[in-house]
Amino acid sequence: MADVSLKNLHKTFDITEAVRGINLDIVDNEFLVLVGPSGCGKSTVLRLIAGLEEITEGNVLIEGNIVNDIPPKDRDIAMVFQSYALYPHMTVYENMSFGLRLRKYSKNEINKRVLDAAKILNISELLDRRPKQLSGGQRQRVAMGRAIVRNPKVFLFDEPLSNLDAKMRGQMRTEIKKLHQHLKTTIIYVTHDQVEAMTLADRIVVMNDGIIEQVGTPDEMYNAPKTHFVASFIGSPSMNFIPCQVIKTNEDLYIKINDKLYFSVPKERLDRYKVLINKEAILGIRPEHLTNAKQHIHDMYEDFNAKVKVLEPMGMDTMVFFDISEAEVCARCDPKSVGKVQSDMTFTIDKSQIHLIDIKTNKVI
Amino acid sequence: MSKLKRKYSNGVRSSSFFIWLRQRSTIAFIMCVPLLLIVIGLVAYPFLYSIFLSTLNKAETEFVGIGNYLFLFKRETFWLVVKQSIIFALVAVFFKALIGFIAAHSINTIPSKGQRKWRGALLIPWVIPPALSTLGWWWLFEPTYSALNWILTEFALPTIPWLSETFWARFAVILVNVWFGAPFFLIMYLAALKSIPEHLYEAASIDGASSIQKLFHITLPMMRNIIAITVLFSIIVTFANFDIVRVLTQGGPLNTTHLFSTYAFRVGIESGDIPLGASVSLFMFPILAILAFIILRNVRERALNS
Repeated sequence: MADVSLKNLHKTFDITEAVRGINLDIVDNEFLVLVGPSGCGKSTVLRLIAGLEEITEGNVLIEGNIVNDIPPKDRDIAMVFQSYALYPHMTVYENMSFGLRLRKYSKNEINKRVLDAAKILNISELLDRRPKQLSGGQRQRVAMGRAIVRNPKVFLFDEPLSNLDAKMRGQMRTEIKKLHQHLKTTIIYVTHDQVEAMTLADRIVVMNDGIIEQVGTPDEMYNAPKTHFVASFIGSPSMNFIPCQVIKTNEDLYIKINDKLYFSVPKERLDRYKVLINKEAILGIRPEHLTNAKQHIHDMYEDFNAKVKVLEPMGMDTMVFFDISEAEVCARCDPKSVGKVQSDMTFTIDKSQIHLIDIKTNKVI
Repeated sequence: MSKLKRKYSNGVRSSSFFIWLRQRSTIAFIMCVPLLLIVIGLVAYPFLYSIFLSTLNKAETEFVGIGNYLFLFKRETFWLVVKQSIIFALVAVFFKALIGFIAAHSINTIPSKGQRKWRGALLIPWVIPPALSTLGWWWLFEPTYSALNWILTEFALPTIPWLSETFWARFAVILVNVWFGAPFFLIMYLAALKSIPEHLYEAASIDGASSIQKLFHITLPMMRNIIAITVLFSIIVTFANFDIVRVLTQGGPLNTTHLFSTYAFRVGIESGDIPLGASVSLFMFPILAILAFIILRNVRERALNS
């Protein structure tokens, strides 16, 4: 129920700079996911918003007010921790009502809010138990309940699902999504799992090495990554990267993989790729855009041959691995038309889905 | 089949001893024997022997049953010792726990680089043999030439007869005991503090707790276990204290600093009435046994709860 802004945010621990100039505007009711590999500073950003770490430089604004020097309790935020951080000596009810009791709410109000939250989260029968008597998923719900009862302006989630098993994680993911639809509040969610990011987020922020690589909707992240890092981080199995060169012959551009393999650059992209002429580049293509030979329904398709190295049947698709000039490449093929290992096979590349990355800047052109 | 079995067992009768010897329980028992001998020799035997002694007359020639105990009940000095022991144990343990807690908290807040130095320095009282350090204190308390009264004189305050006035003698004995015992609480509490996850404090800050509220709602409940155990344990040790009183005041002035064990020593060894001394020291037994029972029950219950 509030917008949050980060202005040129820096955080330095001793000598290491964990966060190096973050600018971000999170709008009201948005579900924003911060994603990145461990150590990229995403949790630190969350803790800076929460007020658990002191800001080295820059500002955090909640509803337009600078909150740098306001203690966590007065920022009207709630946080769900990775370890849940439930008070072990308190019952579930006491855990959930702790914040309200400290804020001197009336008994009736506390009771009403806790019971309501418990109902939403389906933990009404657990209110008398202690955290030790709960399963991981139940503890997770209680931790969320503790956040919900306060009805805060902003919810902060710090890798809340990483301690759960895969099945539970999937369930809780849906629950969190439902919760957001129900509560209509601003959520800032940190995770290292790009699947979580893709499924939950209204907008994703990919962080790496203390800076923002790209901000965008899950769709943008997947289909139009702006940097090498984002392209490699989002998507599973991840994008293939093949070293290449862009060469010009007459008025046409070609992507030269090696002496035998060339792809012509589609007309729409001629202008875009001009800057790369005669430069080293990387061709990025997702496995689903490399398939077994297909009928060419438009001129974006182009065929090439390669020797099958490994097959990974997944049921619906079969992942076919092969080498192109020393890069291992994965193609997602129809199981029915997959060749044998060590045999030659014809693949079709969808050139409308390629990404060319400038080696010098690591940017997608 | 059964024939074969019988034949087999008859044939190896001589080696059945070795089979018995090789059983896990037998090996375990054999390995415990040295400890059992030590416990029997140093605990069980003296204990039973002192019960036997306490039933004899002063010359140890006649059986008097509970005569010694009845005699003690009528002695005013004995009841004084009971009162003093209880006051001594409770006051000393309270201050040891309080100071230990405050010190542990202070050390826990300084950055970990500096912690080792402080921890080491504050542990010094605990690692010096108490009879020796008490001798040092005894010097400090010396009324005419020593440091404490010199300081008082420098500030133009009246000097204090530290060890020869009842209140100050009790004060001195408790002070030295606190000085000696607080580091134990310090390390126990420091370890307990370090085991409280940082996330709980962070969650509490977000929930809106002030530092004091964190102390009462997080720190103390999380340390409840260790506080209960250390306090009970320390009460036992303090209650049975001997060396500090023995070195500092020998129970004086006029028996007003005697504890059970120093009084037992006075009556039994110095006055030569060993049976009566044994009776005094046996008085500690039920009190300490009850405390030990409470501790053990406490530990077990909490172990089950968690």
